[in-house]
Amino acid sequence: MTEITEVPSPFCGIGTDDLSVKVDGLAVTVTANGCAVNTPGFEQPITDTAPRVGGLAVDLDTAVAKAAELLRGTQQPVIAGCATDVNGMRGLLALADKAGAVVDNINFPAARRNLLALQDSGWMNTTLAEVKNRCDLLLIVGTDLEGFAPRFFERYLWTEEAMFLDNTANREVIYLGKSPSGTASTSPAGKTAMSLTCADADLPDVIAVLSALVKKQPVQTQHVAGIAVAELQAIADKLRNAKYGVILWGAAALAYDHAELTVQAICNIVKDINLQGTRCSGFPLGGREGDQTANQVCGWTTGYPARLNFARGYPEYDPFLYDSQAMLCNGEADALVWVHAFNSNAKPPETELPIIVVGRSGMAFDKEPDVFIPVGTPGIDHAGHAYRLDNVVAIRLKKLRDSGLPSTAEVLHAIEQAL
Amino acid sequence: MLTKLTGGTVYDPASGIAGQQQDLYIQDGRIVDAPKDGRPVDQEYDLRGKVVMSGAIDMHTHIGGGKGNIARTLLPEDHRLDPVHRTSITRSGNGHAMPSSFVAGYRYAEMGYTACFEPAVLPINARQAHMEMGDTPIVDKGGYVMLGSDDFLLRMLTAKKDQKAVNDYVAWTLNAAKGIGIKVVNAGGINAFKFNQRKLDLDEQNSHYAVTPRQILQTLARAVQELGITHPLHVHGCNLGVPGNVDTTLNTIQGVEGLPMHLTHIQFHSYGTEGDFKFSSGAAQIAEAINSNKNITADVGQILFGQTVTASGDNMRQHANHRFASPNKWVCMDIECDAGCGVVPFKYKDQNFVNALQWAIGLEIFLLVEDPWRIFLTTDHPNGAPFTSYPHLIRLLMDRSFRNDMLATIHPEAQKMTTLASIEREYTLNEIAIMTRAGAARIIGLKDRGALAPGNFADITVYTENPDRQAMFTKPDYVFKDGELVVKDGEVVKVTWGTTHIVKPEYDLAIEKDLKPYFDKYLTMKLGNFKISDDEITEDGRGSLTAHPLRGAA
Repeated sequence: MTEITEVPSPFCGIGTDDLSVKVDGLAVTVTANGCAVNTPGFEQPITDTAPRVGGLAVDLDTAVAKAAELLRGTQQPVIAGCATDVNGMRGLLALADKAGAVVDNINFPAARRNLLALQDSGWMNTTLAEVKNRCDLLLIVGTDLEGFAPRFFERYLWTEEAMFLDNTANREVIYLGKSPSGTASTSPAGKTAMSLTCADADLPDVIAVLSALVKKQPVQTQHVAGIAVAELQAIADKLRNAKYGVILWGAAALAYDHAELTVQAICNIVKDINLQGTRCSGFPLGGREGDQTANQVCGWTTGYPARLNFARGYPEYDPFLYDSQAMLCNGEADALVWVHAFNSNAKPPETELPIIVVGRSGMAFDKEPDVFIPVGTPGIDHAGHAYRLDNVVAIRLKKLRDSGLPSTAEVLHAIEQAL
Repeated sequence: MLTKLTGGTVYDPASGIAGQQQDLYIQDGRIVDAPKDGRPVDQEYDLRGKVVMSGAIDMHTHIGGGKGNIARTLLPEDHRLDPVHRTSITRSGNGHAMPSSFVAGYRYAEMGYTACFEPAVLPINARQAHMEMGDTPIVDKGGYVMLGSDDFLLRMLTAKKDQKAVNDYVAWTLNAAKGIGIKVVNAGGINAFKFNQRKLDLDEQNSHYAVTPRQILQTLARAVQELGITHPLHVHGCNLGVPGNVDTTLNTIQGVEGLPMHLTHIQFHSYGTEGDFKFSSGAAQIAEAINSNKNITADVGQILFGQTVTASGDNMRQHANHRFASPNKWVCMDIECDAGCGVVPFKYKDQNFVNALQWAIGLEIFLLVEDPWRIFLTTDHPNGAPFTSYPHLIRLLMDRSFRNDMLATIHPEAQKMTTLASIEREYTLNEIAIMTRAGAARIIGLKDRGALAPGNFADITVYTENPDRQAMFTKPDYVFKDGELVVKDGEVVKVTWGTTHIVKPEYDLAIEKDLKPYFDKYLTMKLGNFKISDDEITEDGRGSLTAHPLRGAA
């Protein structure tokens, strides 16, 4: 049995790297600093070790050869999921380039809301250590932050010390839209977060009014979506009076049509505050199950984020057209490769097409795929790199045990070579 | 295998060879002496009538690190204009302002470049920089690690820690981030922006730390000197792009008190305030200062006209410049109590007075600095222009009549404000070889590169002599990387993976006694997880590390 400390997690997106784990054979137990997201991620037992073709156990070479055979001659294969580490994405993109495939990350529908705003007007954002040391006002828009990252408040807000704040307990937290699901946002001194709630569908109106107030434009109404304009005016004033305000949103939570316009409005509020002589930054949540990793590796490899198509021999990006789910439904694809090394519950979408699954051990299927190759989890079964939600920081994932499972990169590379 | 390159006209300034016809021999990746034992040559290239230089080295090009990826993600429309097909040996991708990493490697090699150095490696983002450069084929790479706006250093300066302690921290960071030099961007300014300061002059105090840029520059330049790092402190000065910043730059040169200092993209720091537009050329003063201060080197950061994107650590200045963004979208980030970045697309226009004069200022500096060993050919890719415009820039430097033809097309008021037309100098092939090869290798401290003497790595570029220098430098006949033919007739024929150049200055391990609690208390990563291990660069089997000796070491 071994104890390993300072273990980084690829599961939570906020890049916690202070976990302690106990490894006993193949069993991993989180002994310190676990949470509702990370602990199950680390502790899931290995159940499959052998690849299967048509439901029958085979060796890796046979499974790889079968996968290559299924892909050979396809006109428009789709590689979806894309939940893996940096090397896994490298292998995935090499295979996609060769096979002329569509590449589509599982969390792209949420990430797209941020990407469309970025690609239309840009933003001013910050990273976790700046939040930890500078943020005196945190405005959380439309998102249950605690549910997304249970340890966010403990690690980045209610710290014992911050470099540039006299007392971290004096930080102000405001929820706009959703109310907090637990008590993590309450300061150690007992100060609860201010909370102004509205229906998700009303967030665009609420943000539009806040934006107008920040711009000092006249607003004719007294209430918007049940929130008093005076209360939004107070938020605008607080943003202007903060030393380092941060506006946080989780694009996945903004699940309504054209939420990218809300993201863009938030980003413009941040820019406007900075133009008015106060520092302010945006902070988009994300980074779970490799979505930031997928977009980053796609970015330097192809110039585009992870929804693109290599069918014409070069990468083409279209955040709507190359939606793998829609392509499968519309009969626009002829094979599916599903890559998910983190979550055995993340099953491939239903389709009658040939399916190759490169997935975390333990995946149970409604319909047995043509090829299933169980792979190791980055940060448990092999070393690797994953991106944190703030985009800048790549964490070095550790190998914790010897499971003998191949990495996503090894499997995808072998399929590419066999193609 | 023994390869002979026969009868080429060799320009090898490091060996004092300027246009001599001679043979070269390659074996096991290196240049070797002519065999004396009568061994047969396995392969021969007839290079009679061709120009032979070592592979070119770009000592300042943004090819790795997060801001490049932000620039890529920001500009899908730019990529759509330059799609790059996969071939049987190369990967697909995209080009132009911020090419994908594979395309950057291929295009550099296709222009005869064999090494590229990323100048702005934020320590916290170094992992990404190395991963992107790890996916940049053929060329060697390396990075300068950015310090000067990181809170740890500023805390040290406020606490008046001694130079020895600073040296230990600098050396520790360089080892942890795997760099070959130290860079400082708008010293302290990126940090000051986080405290809502919108500008920071050389002698202006950071509102929190009460430290000035001059102090930071002096301290870091001394650290680099005392640690024996060959590459001088790589300085992106204060007040980038601000009219009148020529005075800041001249003060910076004086302020470093004779220590070696490299001023990067100096074109952006050479502006006066004369004339109707309150914007004028400070090139003559800057060139004079470089000519008379032998401790100073510079690269130009030439702007060339067209669409590009600026990607800089200097988010204080990038935020101020965002109103010029074209197309109108931009990104600024504060990063991890370490640094920041700003990405602003730019379209430089020859009919815009300021852009046109910027173009002229860069060329003036190139032509007025006398010593080609101390001035380097860069566009600060992609900030002044994409690196693919180097052949055009070389022609501007080598061909006065072409230069004056171009000058006659720019904004008429800018023509009046530049002395460019009166400058007769034309760069020689030997001078081009100095500024893009021998000089670059020397200033970075690369052993065994940038020269063609036996013992050096066989990074060799062969051109067909052509009076149209742009055509000549666009498409080499042959490029050899570590002795292997990688480019023929301007096209990649073999894909190899270059090495990563680093230095490993020694330090007192006791520095971690201060760093560990700082990491634990204030940062978001454990000290041990922050340090990049060798295997992160070498584990996939295609990367390698080459550690260069420190100055004075054997």
